Amino acid sequence: MLEQLNEKDFGTPRRIAEQEVTLEIDGMQVTVAAGTSIMRAAAESGVNVPKLCATDSLEPFGSCRLCLVEIEGRKGYPASCTTQVERGMKVRTQTPKLQALRKGVMELYISDHPLDCLTCAANGNCELQDMAGVTGLREVRYGYEGENHIHSQKDESNPYFTYDPSKCIVCNRCVRACEETQGTYALTISGRGFESRVSPGQDQPFMDSECVSCGACVQACPTATLQEKTVIELGQAEHSVVTTCAY
Amino acid sequence: MKGSEVVRMVPDKNGQANEGHSCVKGRFAWGYATHKDRILKPMIRGKITDPWKEVSWDEALDYAAAEFRRIQKKYGRDSIGGIVSSRCTNEEGYLVQKLVRTAFGNNNVDTCARVCHSPTGYGLKQTLGESAGTQTFKSVEHSDVIMVIGANPTDAHPVFASRMKKRLLNGAKLIVIDPRHIDLVRSPHVRADFHLPLKPGTNVAMLSSIAHVIVTEGLLATDFIAQRCEDKAFQQWRDFVALPENSPEAMQEITGVPAELVRGAARLYATGGNAAIYYGLGVTEHAQGSTAVMGIANLAMATGNIGREGVGVNPLRGQNNVQGSCDIGSFPHELPGYRHVSDSTTRHLFEQAWGVEIQPEPGLRIPNMFDAALDGSFMGMYCQGEDIVQSDPNTQHVTAALSAMECIVVQDIFMNETAMYAHVFLPGSSFLEKDGTFTNAERRISRVRKVMPPKAVYADWEVTVLLAQRMGYTMDYAHPSEIMDEIARLTPTFHGVSYEKLDQLGSIQWPCNDEAPLGTPTMHIDHFVRGKGKFIITKYVATDEKVTRKFPLILTTGRILSQYNVGAQTRRTENVQWHQQDILEIHPHDAEERGIRDGGWVGIHSRSGETVLRAKVSERMQPGVVYTTFHFPESGANVITTENSDWATNCPEYKVTAVQVMPVLESSDWQKKYTRFSKVQDDLLKNAGEGTGNKTPDIKIKAVAKSIA
Amino acid sequence: MSIKIFVPGDSAALALGADALAKNILAEAARRNMAVELVRNGSRGMLWLEPLVEVQTARGRVAFGPVSAEDVGALFDANFQNGGKHALNLGLTEELAYLKKQERLTFARVGITDPLSLEDYLAHDGFQGLRKALTMQPAAIVQQVTDSGLRGRGGAAFPTGIKWKTVLNTAAAQKYIVCNADEGDSGTFADRMLMEGDPFVLIEGMTIAALAVGATQGYIYVRSEYPHSITILNEAIAAARKAGYLGPNILNSGNSFELEVRKGAGAYVCGEETSLLESLEGKRGIVRAKPPLPAIAGLFGKPTVINNVISLASVPIILDRGAAFYKDYGMGRSHGTLPFQLAGNIKQGGLIEKAFGVTLRELMYDFGGGSASGRPIKAVQVGGPLGAYLPESQWDTPLDYEAYTALWAVLGHGGIVVHDDSADLAKLARYAMKFCAIESCGKCTPCRIGATRGVEVMDKIIAGQDTEAQVELLRDLCDTMLNGSMCAMGGMTPYPVLSALNHFPRDFVKKIPV
Repeated sequence: MLEQLNEKDFGTPRRIAEQEVTLEIDGMQVTVAAGTSIMRAAAESGVNVPKLCATDSLEPFGSCRLCLVEIEGRKGYPASCTTQVERGMKVRTQTPKLQALRKGVMELYISDHPLDCLTCAANGNCELQDMAGVTGLREVRYGYEGENHIHSQKDESNPYFTYDPSKCIVCNRCVRACEETQGTYALTISGRGFESRVSPGQDQPFMDSECVSCGACVQACPTATLQEKTVIELGQAEHSVVTTCAY
Repeated sequence: MKGSEVVRMVPDKNGQANEGHSCVKGRFAWGYATHKDRILKPMIRGKITDPWKEVSWDEALDYAAAEFRRIQKKYGRDSIGGIVSSRCTNEEGYLVQKLVRTAFGNNNVDTCARVCHSPTGYGLKQTLGESAGTQTFKSVEHSDVIMVIGANPTDAHPVFASRMKKRLLNGAKLIVIDPRHIDLVRSPHVRADFHLPLKPGTNVAMLSSIAHVIVTEGLLATDFIAQRCEDKAFQQWRDFVALPENSPEAMQEITGVPAELVRGAARLYATGGNAAIYYGLGVTEHAQGSTAVMGIANLAMATGNIGREGVGVNPLRGQNNVQGSCDIGSFPHELPGYRHVSDSTTRHLFEQAWGVEIQPEPGLRIPNMFDAALDGSFMGMYCQGEDIVQSDPNTQHVTAALSAMECIVVQDIFMNETAMYAHVFLPGSSFLEKDGTFTNAERRISRVRKVMPPKAVYADWEVTVLLAQRMGYTMDYAHPSEIMDEIARLTPTFHGVSYEKLDQLGSIQWPCNDEAPLGTPTMHIDHFVRGKGKFIITKYVATDEKVTRKFPLILTTGRILSQYNVGAQTRRTENVQWHQQDILEIHPHDAEERGIRDGGWVGIHSRSGETVLRAKVSERMQPGVVYTTFHFPESGANVITTENSDWATNCPEYKVTAVQVMPVLESSDWQKKYTRFSKVQDDLLKNAGEGTGNKTPDIKIKAVAKSIA
Repeated sequence: MSIKIFVPGDSAALALGADALAKNILAEAARRNMAVELVRNGSRGMLWLEPLVEVQTARGRVAFGPVSAEDVGALFDANFQNGGKHALNLGLTEELAYLKKQERLTFARVGITDPLSLEDYLAHDGFQGLRKALTMQPAAIVQQVTDSGLRGRGGAAFPTGIKWKTVLNTAAAQKYIVCNADEGDSGTFADRMLMEGDPFVLIEGMTIAALAVGATQGYIYVRSEYPHSITILNEAIAAARKAGYLGPNILNSGNSFELEVRKGAGAYVCGEETSLLESLEGKRGIVRAKPPLPAIAGLFGKPTVINNVISLASVPIILDRGAAFYKDYGMGRSHGTLPFQLAGNIKQGGLIEKAFGVTLRELMYDFGGGSASGRPIKAVQVGGPLGAYLPESQWDTPLDYEAYTALWAVLGHGGIVVHDDSADLAKLARYAMKFCAIESCGKCTPCRIGATRGVEVMDKIIAGQDTEAQVELLRDLCDTMLNGSMCAMGGMTPYPVLSALNHFPRDFVKKIPV
């Protein structure tokens, strides 16, 4: 059974509720279970709001600020991942203002990211790359001579995956996967502000930390920051098969 | 995938058993499948002291068939048998038992579930009417109280442990009944509300005293019992557990657990809302394993915690397909679907379908096979995908039995410990090389899909078909789906199962038939499978394995996260970086008394034998109890374990062995012998064929060198 | 009869030698064989006069200040204990214009009473609000607070009553009251002065909040830089509990409320309510996405009232004197009073509690007496480090939440930092970005990366590199931060930056030609 390499990501987990809510997204009537995020409601009706920190295996976090939307009668630009649908809500996911904001955020991301897409192990399977495309980022006016993490040391201690802090976008998906999916709490963010970076334990290498190597963090990573060594060696897969674990 | 090369393995978001999660083994430790140690050519030899000779498939199969026939002619029809693996697919297991019951003409088939969860099959069948867990894994999301008995989910069932922790983080209460301070007792943001650190071997005493509290403090679910359970059996059971001798205060001396803790835990279990029991091999692998399983079922019935989401009796299985291998008739007394061979209707059904006469008497269990081999009445064995030498208790007894046999056919992907005693080696295929199904602890049948051609030409099921053919019995299948169709046709609980439906639904929890066309997530909803639930009296009987002055400590065994069972797979991956050798965990007090220091060599003696491991001084242990794993053959964990076993099912008493532990300077006699024997077998293999890449595992050799250093 | 002398124990007075001063007074009195009762009161808030010593006389309390330890002998010689004549004699404290012109409701007792004396507190109308609250239904208490028009004094100005009502109406087995005492705005000290000067009023306010919403546990999250506040609060909590104002059975009403002080770990962003809750839970202080509101899922996921010190400390007088009494103060939708804190380049810095509606000019000149340097005042930052810089044209606008919003400025926590004409607003704008870069929790991208890039852009502007393009980039960046940030940290940093750029554009053009 051949499947798409990457399953569709609805951004936030499915909510189960007896009550349904109908709202308007980009002029379309959409009906979803109460408690669903605007992002997921949009995705279920085929509207993909840009996102980086959201993934449907983890609770919404709201940090990347790409998924901002406009809601009629509400001030500001709420994040569609952390905002739940409400009856009669009128949501717009694509406006010139939103485009400008998303491009502004993307410009910041890329101002602290290596420009090695072509030789990067995640090439072709990188959400940051996708979002740069989606937001239409064409230049980074900040230049690349400012503060950055490009020379951060790679952690290759784990036999199965590498951690390259230079590619980290601090989306916390790995940290949250370790907490929510695995329940081990081995990862955290150390430092604050611009210094923030994923850290196993207290700035330990992965192998010295509490990490149990379940791979949930690697699975959750939207970039090449946490990457399987086999993918680094062999490149991205060309097809996939669903089978059952033999352990 | 890239062509037929695996690039990475990731958990499937839509996977109904794992819901997008995996552990280090499934996610990363698949490199063994293409490891250079894989044996890819069939081999034969006359005696186990002869060098291996690479031969064609035809020659190997002809030789095996001829040997089996010769043995049967000389020693009788019942002198050969087969062993089904819990690591192979349902279809493969089904074919092995079919081969035994047709081509071999006897019921001498058994499975490694014998040594892990056979008491579950027996105990749950007696009380509830079906030999399986009652819930889905997802059910835990609805539990308010989770009771973990004799299981260490964060190490042995990590994916389920994560789901359990998720629920615990959201407020469910936790009771842990385990001699060891396992991670769940206290880990980040999770803490057991009650930890009852009982002495190994006293589960039944503990369960009876919990029942005593429930009965005597008026915590029984009387309506549920009145409607759903056999009244007379209930009353007898109630009167029994209410006896003062079963009170926590009376049992305190036996279990070593303060009565107040037991009372608190019992009250929480009975009154805390939806209460679910999850248990592992720490319940089954005892002299009273079956009794403890029944004791657990009693608790669930007594509190009405069965038949809906969030509750139930949930065995955590030992291997990927333990449930499946049991389901498809791999026990000597049962045809597929847990139907006794003495039942003529069932037998007749299969006789019709298979065109042979089936023996009405149960065949030999694994330990009986060994005994019979030493008696000279059991001389040939077809062993598919299981390493009985490393995994079965009392290794010396096992190897003596195997050495006495005339033809052992081992079918495996590696030259395992059992294969060193074999005469025919048939190369196996990994799960990546074949189609089939696995059934997990929640009775969930899931598809195994071929992603690459078999490295040694044939998938395992095809090898069994070919062997049957050589023995004069024709099995005609074009694809494993046809084997499943046959199982479905002949087994009421599988009537509705087909590959087509599996593709549609993703997976199916049996029973799946006309009454439950989409399968059965939760069992025993309105009534028990056996009609009314049956309480069974569980009288505590101390094991014969008692601590003495000579053997003052109790050894209990288990596993750790990075290694899987006998380690044949995981030892051939980078997982060895986490666990390079088995170690003996010992409480600081016991260590101090014996002058044992952390990391030092210690000798462990039991009535059965002696081995040497490195010590780890740890407060996870309680004083008087030591612990080790059995992932490395040279550790010889099972050299020490005894042939004591469960009274009902012969499941070995792995969890209780009286031992003495002392600091030593060199490896044990057994280890020295083992090293010599392995070296000889290594050499016998090296000359088998040129340029075939056949080689004994170098990791193993490294580890051996370490244990002698 | 002994003589009653007041020497403030407030941190501001301590920093200026109040302890040595108090010691000398006692020693001198002993030497002269005089019976002296020394009270360590809170500060009156006239910080340029600290340490401000008061003596109780028949006419009232007479103030002397600023007094140093060396002055003590001379003061005794001048019979200061009876209000004798001395260069430092300021006359009756109550008559000092700085105080007399104020409307002290929340700070009514601060500086007057012994902060740790329950008797003193009770003698000054203490626990009257609580006693009233104990006779009321929870919803009625909430209604009083709503009717008073009290809005969050931490800076966000959200109506306190609405917040409480949400918590009251959210069913839960456990609810919490959290006091935000992580006062980190530059130039602010009102929370500290209140906690050190009248801790019981905060305890009383929190207890009323607990009764109003059905909470049984409260926490006061105090920044670690306030060690004296922490000590005083702990002592006050112990005393209140002992006397039955806190604990399992408050004044025998059957209501229970326990209170604990928790020390912050030095992060500005932990003054943001959701980061504070994270920190209180023992986690890293990073912002949470809202919704869910803390009122519905706050501390440990339970409904939580989280209010600033001043908001909570204003509650007792509202309950005691009634909503209408409080609401009468102020203007427009800004009811009651705000303790303004005058700081920076100002002659007479201190705390001025006034009803809303007073102007900056009045505060800076009538109270503050103009700049400390004597140079003309150029710009005033109101509302902390994330507040806008106001030019002189805006100094006559009444201090009122809505009026300030219209100016694209904020009142915040009432901090006012004055700069004279030597200030370079481009450097101050750079500092605003730098402050954000240092204090950003790092969760959201606009703040985490934006602030650092903002400093770099400001550096280029200050160096005169490609000014026009960099100013445009700065405006774009400010837009991204303003509209894209998760919380006020990144979202308000553009206020000082853009107000500086808009009101003082000349500072952004390089003065020295290349």
